[in-house]
Amino acid sequence: MPYKSSDRYVPPGARSVKIVVLGPFAVGKTTFVGTVSEIRPMRTEEEMTQAGRLVDDLEDLRGKTTTTVAMDFGRLTLTDDIVLYLFGTPGQHRFRGMVRSLMEGALGGLVLVDTRRIADSSDAIDLLEEAGLPYTVAINHFDGAPRYAESDLRDSLSMPDHRPLVGLDARMFSSAKQGLIVLVSDILAHFRPEPAR
Amino acid sequence: MIRSHTATGGDAIPSRGSLDDATLLVAETGAPPAGLPAQAHRVMDLCLPGVLSVSEVAYHLQLPGAVVKVIVSKLIDSGHLIARAPYAPLAGQHDENFLRQVLDALQKL
Repeated sequence: MPYKSSDRYVPPGARSVKIVVLGPFAVGKTTFVGTVSEIRPMRTEEEMTQAGRLVDDLEDLRGKTTTTVAMDFGRLTLTDDIVLYLFGTPGQHRFRGMVRSLMEGALGGLVLVDTRRIADSSDAIDLLEEAGLPYTVAINHFDGAPRYAESDLRDSLSMPDHRPLVGLDARMFSSAKQGLIVLVSDILAHFRPEPAR
Repeated sequence: MIRSHTATGGDAIPSRGSLDDATLLVAETGAPPAGLPAQAHRVMDLCLPGVLSVSEVAYHLQLPGAVVKVIVSKLIDSGHLIARAPYAPLAGQHDENFLRQVLDALQKL
């Protein structure tokens, strides 16, 4: 396999943290993950049963009709102690089994939106709201795509007012990174430490 | 064969139910991979030189994530691998510091 062992592994004492990147087909999830990732972005095929549930046992893979759904992931070593993993996957309801399993244990979610088909991102927002996971909505600006006022975008997406809405270009590192910064800043801003006991 | 190593300790996760795609896998060097089934042996060959996530193991070995989770779960149960679950925020001072570190590092990149 064409990988250098030198950049294959993460720091030995690292803890991982994950952020999910959701949105419809061709909204820029793969681009976003690839732009931010320090390693060449990777893709795995996940098997799902027709019930929309991720299989969790080899037994389930036998004798059942399964569909595959692609999952992109990338990695960003933040410090010697922290490695961020980004998982990009379709946020449609029909993939909800996989999305729910990915959202479990995640720090938060980033929902990508293409202004030419705004409503296609609603499923991802619904799934994140349902999971109670903090998230930020990011308009991925495509060349020639229409631009709307923030209030119109929030209306179209039925987005709660307290969730951040940002614009970014998934092809640019500094711009894509800004989406992650807004997400983590928002999580911190709403963080309520437990009172000392 | 009874292994002298078992996956114990705060971060060890013996059940596959809690294995995450972002779970980091640390090889237990004291548990030799000799005699393991072929796929499990491949996982150990990949994990012995360094730390990787479950999803990276799936990618490097070109195996579906669900299959890797089953193999890895068995290797955790047999003491060959130790699982380090991803950080998930809970209310607490330590967590706030962790989140600040994440944010600071992102801003510096």
